[in-house]
Amino acid sequence: MEQFAQQLLNGLFLGSIYALIALGYTMVYGVLRFINFAHGDVFMLGAFSGLYLNRWLGPMMAGLHWSISLTVIMLLSMAICAALGILIEFLAYRPLRNRPRLNVLITAIGVSLLIEYTGQHPAVFGATQQSFPALIPANNIALTSNLAVTNTQMIVFVTVIMLLVALRYIVMKTRMGLAMRALSLNPTASALMGVNNSVVISFTFGLGSALAAAGGILYASLYPSVEPFMGIIPGLKAFIAAVLGGIGNIPGAALGGLIIGVTETLVGGYSSVVGLPTGYKDGVAFVILILILLFKPSGLLGKTEREKV
Amino acid sequence: MLEVSNLEVSYGSIRALHGVSLKVPEKSIVTLIGANGAGKSSTLRALSGLIKARAGTVVYGGEEITNLAPHKIVARGLCQVPEGRMIFPNLTIDENLRMGAFLRRDAKAIAADMDYAFTIFPRLLERRKQLAGTMSGGEQQMLAIARALLSKPKFLMLDEPSLGIAPLLVKSIFEKIVEINRTTGLTILLVEQNANLALEVSNYAYVLETGKVILEGPSVEVKANPQVQAAYLGI
Ligand SMILES: Nc1ncnc2c1ncn2[C@@H]1O[C@H](COP(=O)(O)OP(=O)(O)OP(=O)(O)O)[C@@H](O)[C@H]1O
Ligand SMILES: [Mg+2]
Repeated sequence: MEQFAQQLLNGLFLGSIYALIALGYTMVYGVLRFINFAHGDVFMLGAFSGLYLNRWLGPMMAGLHWSISLTVIMLLSMAICAALGILIEFLAYRPLRNRPRLNVLITAIGVSLLIEYTGQHPAVFGATQQSFPALIPANNIALTSNLAVTNTQMIVFVTVIMLLVALRYIVMKTRMGLAMRALSLNPTASALMGVNNSVVISFTFGLGSALAAAGGILYASLYPSVEPFMGIIPGLKAFIAAVLGGIGNIPGAALGGLIIGVTETLVGGYSSVVGLPTGYKDGVAFVILILILLFKPSGLLGKTEREKV
Repeated sequence: MLEVSNLEVSYGSIRALHGVSLKVPEKSIVTLIGANGAGKSSTLRALSGLIKARAGTVVYGGEEITNLAPHKIVARGLCQVPEGRMIFPNLTIDENLRMGAFLRRDAKAIAADMDYAFTIFPRLLERRKQLAGTMSGGEQQMLAIARALLSKPKFLMLDEPSLGIAPLLVKSIFEKIVEINRTTGLTILLVEQNANLALEVSNYAYVLETGKVILEGPSVEVKANPQVQAAYLGI
């Protein structure tokens, strides 16, 4: 029982990171109706930003408490990736704004490959794995005699919760958030209200990319090695999480992330019981997706809204 | 106030407007009538910057605004209640109205204008917190008009405000439009299928056919025109 509880907890921590990445997919889908396949690579760039920022700024912040240096590195990485996300949209997607969706989708795959293979170049990140520094000191927090969480897991969870609260505030309470929601419902109407849709789209890319960067640092803190392809699998799972929750739906993306994280961990922990290799855990996300979409084609929290005429 | 000269619009190879010219004087109500596909909505879309004009000019308040981005046109006070209403179904009534006031920062004046909108359309006040998509078609039309009023327009374009609304309600919506025009001096360009009603409330009328203005004049004269009576008024 306690082993099950432990697996469940581990799954929640992993899932909360998927949730962060999934939010970016879903928000961009909301405003542009396409899947930004380069989003997983922004997550990777976030982890690398963390690595290099720590290398450069670490010595300067040596005397400070780790929570402060972690916050500084996290916020800077988020800012860097927000800028990169905005740049990607501006250079690659904006020129295709009024073209068929498929063109943009294929461009996104191209951008993704470009980032990954540029990252492989020795002058950039290099192809070999690098170990990610321990930004959070290792420490186990025992909950019961057999149930423990690591310091890192706690920080991951707390950070994700704070980011989700901040995101909810931005989307529900600010003028920009209102414009995002309006634009995702009807871009023509939002333009007629005086919204500069391009600015809102840039903002959305920035916001999603900042969350992906935070996800990258947290993920690399849990699994401390980074390489240019590290965004592919988490990106894919987060994309599935977003579809699972109902693409375009923000709470849905968060829920989907948690579901994928928990099932993946449980399958990893128990697959040997039913005689499956643990490697099957990566495939489970897809099986869940197919099953849920069979019964609920618009995703768990997805709605098909129709305007009255 | 608004002067359109030789406006041309195409959708790919389809020509929708072949040089439309019209004038809307300040504080007037001008109507644009015509059959389905005549190009009425295309004219309004081009005026709002939603589609590009291939040729022609739009001058508003002495300044040329042809092909400006939609949000810049709204910022100058030209607003549109578009065909099909385009309210935001998943936002509340309140949020829809706040979207109308998107470019304004004067919280007090916005609150006052909200109260004004609620006195014109009391139905909206009862449902402030309700999602707009759950309202009836007529209520959504009221919301679309109220939302446009909240941007404090100087020039309001209405694209078929009577579409899909019960005749009794249509009459009351038109009375409100006239009332707003009288009390606030708002200039209105009205597109309507219901030519009878449109000619009754307007000062001046243009008749559009296949992308061209075929007739214009003071509304009373247009209404008396035998050709118009036969084609649009069913007399
Ligand atoms: N998005 C579009 N793509 C191609 N053709 C279009 C498009 N929108 C309008 N048209 C064409 O342009 C012409 C004018 O259309 P418009 O919508 O302006 O007519 P309308 O006068 O508003 O008609 P209605 O009374 O039916 O609303 C029509 O022939 C229509 O088929
Ligand atoms: Mg029309």
